[in-house]
Amino acid sequence: MKRRQIGLAVLSAAALALSACSAGSLGSSDEDSGGGKVTLSFLTDNQPETVKIAEGLAKDFTAKNPDITINVETRPQGTEGDNIVKTRLSTGDMTDIFMYNSGSLMQALAPQKNLTAVDEFADKLDDNFKKSVGSDGKIYGVPFGNYMAGAILYNKDVYDKNGLKVPTTWAEFDANNAKLKAAGVDPVIQTYGETWTSQLFILGDYYNVEASTPGWAEQYTKNQAKYATTPAAKAGFDHLQEVHDKGYVNKDFASAKLTDGLNKLAKGEGAQYPILSAMLSQLIADNPGTENKIGLFAIPGNDAAKNGLTVWAPNGLYIPSSTTGDKLEAAKKFLGFVASPEGCESLGKASQPTGPYAVSGCKLPDSVPQAVKDMQTYIDKQGASGLALEFLSPVKGPALEQICVEVGSGIRKSDAAAKLYDEDVKKQAQQLGLEGW
Amino acid sequence: MTAAVSASSRRPRKNVVLSIVAILLSVVVFLVPFAFILLTAVKSRQEASRLDFTWPTQFQFVQNFVDVVQARDYMLIIAFINSTILTVASVSIMVVLAAMVAFVLQRRRTRWTGFINFLVLSGLIIPPAVVPTIWVLQKLGLFRTMPGLILVEVAFGLSFCILLFRAFIATVPRELDEAAIIDGAGPLRLFFRVILPLLKSVIITCVVVQSVTVFNDFVNPLYFLPGDQNATVQLTLYNFSSSYSTQYNLLFMDILLITIPPLIMFLFFNKRIVAGMTAGAIKG
Amino acid sequence: MEARPRTSVAGPASKARKKSPYSSWFYLPAAIVYAVLFLVPTVTSFYFSLTRWSIFDSQFIGFDNYVTFFREPALVSGLWHTVVYAVITSGLKVVLGLGLAVLLTSQIIGRGYLRSVVFFPVLVSTIGVGLTFTILMDPEDGLINESLSLLGITGPGWLTDPSYALVSVALVDVWKGVGLATLIYIAGIVSIPQEYFEAARVDGATAWQNFRSIVLPLARPATFTVILLSLIGGLRSFDLIWAMTRGGPGFTSDVIASVIYKQYQAGFYGLSTAGNVVLFLLVTAIIFPLSRYLNSKEVDL
Repeated sequence: MKRRQIGLAVLSAAALALSACSAGSLGSSDEDSGGGKVTLSFLTDNQPETVKIAEGLAKDFTAKNPDITINVETRPQGTEGDNIVKTRLSTGDMTDIFMYNSGSLMQALAPQKNLTAVDEFADKLDDNFKKSVGSDGKIYGVPFGNYMAGAILYNKDVYDKNGLKVPTTWAEFDANNAKLKAAGVDPVIQTYGETWTSQLFILGDYYNVEASTPGWAEQYTKNQAKYATTPAAKAGFDHLQEVHDKGYVNKDFASAKLTDGLNKLAKGEGAQYPILSAMLSQLIADNPGTENKIGLFAIPGNDAAKNGLTVWAPNGLYIPSSTTGDKLEAAKKFLGFVASPEGCESLGKASQPTGPYAVSGCKLPDSVPQAVKDMQTYIDKQGASGLALEFLSPVKGPALEQICVEVGSGIRKSDAAAKLYDEDVKKQAQQLGLEGW
Repeated sequence: MTAAVSASSRRPRKNVVLSIVAILLSVVVFLVPFAFILLTAVKSRQEASRLDFTWPTQFQFVQNFVDVVQARDYMLIIAFINSTILTVASVSIMVVLAAMVAFVLQRRRTRWTGFINFLVLSGLIIPPAVVPTIWVLQKLGLFRTMPGLILVEVAFGLSFCILLFRAFIATVPRELDEAAIIDGAGPLRLFFRVILPLLKSVIITCVVVQSVTVFNDFVNPLYFLPGDQNATVQLTLYNFSSSYSTQYNLLFMDILLITIPPLIMFLFFNKRIVAGMTAGAIKG
Repeated sequence: MEARPRTSVAGPASKARKKSPYSSWFYLPAAIVYAVLFLVPTVTSFYFSLTRWSIFDSQFIGFDNYVTFFREPALVSGLWHTVVYAVITSGLKVVLGLGLAVLLTSQIIGRGYLRSVVFFPVLVSTIGVGLTFTILMDPEDGLINESLSLLGITGPGWLTDPSYALVSVALVDVWKGVGLATLIYIAGIVSIPQEYFEAARVDGATAWQNFRSIVLPLARPATFTVILLSLIGGLRSFDLIWAMTRGGPGFTSDVIASVIYKQYQAGFYGLSTAGNVVLFLLVTAIIFPLSRYLNSKEVDL
């Protein structure tokens, strides 16, 4: 009796161990299905908005192509997600299609080796976008989303009530802040509960850096220019320190999250929020009726004549070189759909466009929010917008978020922070094997 | 234990004031956080976002439960399945392998015994080298696979089990082995038919303690089994925490659900866990 | 199940008599798993920490990773925080664990309930505890600061104030882990022979004298265990810190384990492994001598 029990226990343990293996692999691969139908897997980041867009595209595409189904998978955002994408690509177990940044982050994926070129869509794409998904004269992706700006969103009602004008220089911005503070409104919203939001004063200031020292990105990539030694580049860190030191930020800046910041701005508790323009859609979704109450202006620099908007090209959709045969065919069909007015329509349906499209033939509807119109004004004006640094140089340190939080919380001074960031960047450049580091 | 009990019967009075203070403090320090989890988990979204410690005006247990379970295509269900597979498989393997080692280690002294003991202790103390482990798994084709993670958990959990078993086997009289050998039992039969049945109580202890550990493990799945399809409950909870930054009711429902398996373990096996943790700790 | 016993005969030539019933091959399955997934990575980490590494190819760069590690203030502070964190948590676990154990072995109403409630957090998911306390410790709306304000105290930004963040996480670690320390102490106290207490009673000793001259010295093995266990845990701690602050604000609560993870995330595998080696050295440099010292003390008793 007892013996049998033990034998049974051991047996069942072994059986469980075995079944575990098959169940484990079952968990990671459920992509096969029979007869003529193709199922594609599609990896995006886990931001709710992104997932909604991805699922919307997949649904609309399947409605037109019933033989092809697309399963959306998600990964974390930020450096964590970057790493997952790189690892899966280099181990050859990437999904059939994936969404990833364009620009130098995409260049870091070694596109010639890991991605399938999709030149057939070249004539449908905007030039700036082609620049950011191209390598060696080939194009590797189509846009997933709209152009985005790193800028300051502001509450127009608060501005009107206090008789303020949109600033074009930092001095004007500072003067506005002083008035707002006196009026009892938090002039600048900061939300370090989500650390990435701390970087806008630096990343969104790149237009100004490039305007005052043309070609800075190139020198930077070659280790010839540094944040600490270029006043225009260090200005971003200085500004971040200044708004903290002058008490312009909201009281709960250290623990507030993105959502809190957006709500504060919408309700007028805070007047200005340096953030990515794409966050508008969340702001409007959570605060209906604010479409025309929120405006946008570029992060001001020193010279009013050279003030312009720093923009991010949309993310790209890519096909890894591990996708072959029927799946490759189907994946290309999907990319073609995304790079067409129908794709744009599907995108716009899933979420209100928060910036201009990068696909030719796609028009923004008149109903877009005021901030998007403000953005379009910059983009339409010759030379008033430029790509962010991350599209021009692969050098970006992983610790910028933390360093910005330190500066913005008064833990570290801007000079020391710029130096520290230069060190941080060095590791990245060396890991990438760039020349001159 | 008996000593303490006999002492207590002799001592005159219970200290009422101290007791009340202790119970009140325990409520504030230990029960309030759990009550907070429970209350927030059943609140509506708006109410939960205030983060107050108040009685919910309306109970949304069922709705929040359904919302959490359905979120991201039943991710939580997948995660529970994955966590269960991981826990059951790794603990079963761990227990059998550790018992085998502990048996021979305790019974037979050779010049290797000291070295093996050293290795076992090292396994408890030395922090695992993360990226090189990924590298090894990659070479074996086991990175990002459930079997890979199972083996990692086994490797990291062996030491504790071996120590636990070795201490217990030392109390099993050798005469039993000898009798079995005279009866003609080989090593396998001796171990599986004679020794293992005697280890029942310590096996249960080991299983319970390690199940809780593996089920609650966050670091190893984070490093060795990334990806949504493979997510374990701890990873899911961690990932939910960012997407639920405005839906605290769902976040806390998730925490609540994940707290239930250890709670069940605790209710049924409290004595075993206590025995295992103290015995293992003192020997270690 | 396993292969039939026949395979067990394979092995070094058996002596004249039948082979020992305690076959060495019993070690084999465990040894393979342990060697491949624990020993090999540990040993190779020393080499990989000297390389610039992308999993697929590595380039030998000497001690550059260590130079980077010790030159960057953010990384060095992680080393210091690790020690602070381990010392705070293990110190508090010793003091509180002993106190609670004395309380819970004394004549007190609701002893079973108290033991359970103190111990239960040990079994709960660290991530769950971390997320819960992050919200309880919210500087504006958190339950802790709201309760304090009822008492007229303005609570600090537990997790957002750079000078509190690390300590706050350590306190939550103690909250979660003190049950185990208490348990170990209870086992230690219960095993003290009653004769000592009886003799003390005859001498008319006070409770405090009992504690000083009986419990404290005789619970020493338990103290050693608690110190060692909580130091090992504290030095390697990652989950709780990651769930609560991710090393922030800035780098003020970064410990080595979180530095390792961040460097890994950033793709700096060589640097991450160097961090692992630093942690390895730190742990061995503290734990092995300490356990030897404590063991020698134990013999003195």
